Amino acid sequence: MIRTVGLEKTYVLSAENIVRALRGVDLEITQGSYVAIMGPSGSGKSTILNLLGCLDRPSAGQYFLGDQDVSRMDDDALSEVRGRRIGFIFQSYNLIAQLTVLENIQVPLFYQGRNLAHTHEHCLELANLVGLGDRLDHRPNQLSGGQQQRVAIARSLVNDPLIILADEPTGNLDSRTGAEVLDLIDHLNQSGKTIILVTHGDEVASRAHRVIHMKDGLIDRQIVNRAAPVAA
Amino acid sequence: MLRIQFISTVKLGFKSLLLHKLRSVLTMLGIIFGVCSVIAMLAIGEGASYEAQERIKKLGSNNVLINSLKPAAEAAQSGASMRSFQIDYGLTYKDGARLQSTIPGVRRVLPMRIIRESVRFSRNEVPCQVIGTLPFYPEVTRVDLLRGRFLCQMDEIWQNNVCVITAGLSRRLFPYQDPLLHAVKVGEFYYRVVGIIQETSAADQRPQTSQMEGEPLDNNVYIPLSTSRVRFGEVLIRRSAGSFQAEKVELHRIIVQMENLAAVETADPQIKTVLDRFHDQNDYEVIVPLELLRAAEETKRTFNIVLGSIAAISLLVGGIGIMNIMLATVTERTREIGVRRALGAKKRDIVTQFLVETVVLSVGGGLVGVLVGVVTPVVVTHLTKMPTIVTPWSVLLAFGISGAVGIVFGLYPARAAANLDPIEALRHE
Repeated sequence: MIRTVGLEKTYVLSAENIVRALRGVDLEITQGSYVAIMGPSGSGKSTILNLLGCLDRPSAGQYFLGDQDVSRMDDDALSEVRGRRIGFIFQSYNLIAQLTVLENIQVPLFYQGRNLAHTHEHCLELANLVGLGDRLDHRPNQLSGGQQQRVAIARSLVNDPLIILADEPTGNLDSRTGAEVLDLIDHLNQSGKTIILVTHGDEVASRAHRVIHMKDGLIDRQIVNRAAPVAA
Repeated sequence: MLRIQFISTVKLGFKSLLLHKLRSVLTMLGIIFGVCSVIAMLAIGEGASYEAQERIKKLGSNNVLINSLKPAAEAAQSGASMRSFQIDYGLTYKDGARLQSTIPGVRRVLPMRIIRESVRFSRNEVPCQVIGTLPFYPEVTRVDLLRGRFLCQMDEIWQNNVCVITAGLSRRLFPYQDPLLHAVKVGEFYYRVVGIIQETSAADQRPQTSQMEGEPLDNNVYIPLSTSRVRFGEVLIRRSAGSFQAEKVELHRIIVQMENLAAVETADPQIKTVLDRFHDQNDYEVIVPLELLRAAEETKRTFNIVLGSIAAISLLVGGIGIMNIMLATVTERTREIGVRRALGAKKRDIVTQFLVETVVLSVGGGLVGVLVGVVTPVVVTHLTKMPTIVTPWSVLLAFGISGAVGIVFGLYPARAAANLDPIEALRHE
């Protein structure tokens, strides 16, 4: 479902300072799998996450998301893809401060031009799913970190994406709430969502089917913890 | 669908602005003052010129006024060396006839004799202008007949001792009696009151021609021209301590009513050409109300431009204030912009979001400004007795400009926000 061919990303900082963040990554991720990406800083794991999340375009190579080659799309089309097919979970939650829990969950739908009144039920279900059905009118600053991250998870699910990208989702949480959040992500995976997760923690990575270790802009090695379910 | 999204965007804009209430209000203040000053200043300018224009309009835009002037040099000479000197100056009956027959486009020529005299009834005495004129006076200038009748042709022919008095004079002379049943005494003679008029013409109120400074101006007595000529004579004698002064003036004023505005345009030089042949000295002045009106309108335009540009500058400053705050807001909300982009917002969604915020700020400020701007002139009028007129177009103009300011000054910050790299924006602390 996700396939990259010779994916490269080069940052030209100045004429003599060119950083090759990715140097030809071939990657294949099937639907319903749970992949963790690890690696030291500067290894290119953030860069690949940005590319997979359609936040950036590769300098060379191709990236197929579902049946689309998204590597040559223009800015508006990429926004469209992000909005419809990708769910993001960030390390620092990134909820919008002036919106309530419910409104935060609705944000991706808003940019799809959907009538928010019609999606109210759906958003309620998601809020209940992450266990925040009773806090719909709270503001992010009235919630704990774990709760905020769960709102973010609900938000990432609202447009029914193909993949969910999580950038160190437990990085700002203590181990107990972190575990809760990871349980939730596990649960999502079991219900069929494809998860790609960037992390530093080995035990976080151990929950994934497959762990990809990055080094110097290339895939260093891949470890398969357990078999991914066969794509339907 | 788009409409719903737009409404949500506007709601979102309000929410973001309410997040920083003080900041939003302070930002709006710039626009509020700008819009308010545009409306208030234009209202004051409009009011000031309106008064002047009304005064001139009342002279009649189809009319040309010719006043007799006492020649300055002669006056000095008479005072210094010749103690009893008869000054012979001014417009004559022949001048009137000449104007009637030579100037094209003349409808009527109205001669007037204006004599200062006290008018008495019973124990009341009021200094007045006794105006000898012809029966068609009301058709040339604007007067409202309140009671009775104006002078008629028979009065003129028979040199009747009748008069028409102005409403103000009527109140002063006849506090309790009915004026139409009585006669007033002017000089040595009694004149029966036949009518009361309301002077809407301000011809006699022009300060330059008023010889009766500091006195009420609404004290006019109208008598037939022929009566005036017979009762007062042509030579008016003014006595003062140790000397007397005689003036021979046939007519004090001639009002030339023209057929149309086009004729008025050309009348001024023609009248001067005609009169100059028979007047050795410069003893008359020609006043064209239409020209005064034009000049007043010109002044008004200049005035409006000056006031308008001052106000526009304050709007501009308000706009810059908005832009400044919005740029700060964009920086402050970089992370939010990144999140929104990641969640599927296109560049134009971000542009719209920030543009809506600035427009809400500026239009909100504009609305408050309109309110304050409409109230301010009322307060000014109340405090300074200065007339003010709030014209609808000034309100629309000010409001329109405030909206435009929002868009113009919002566009740059909005585009700056949209052009942020989503990755950079997400990383922004």
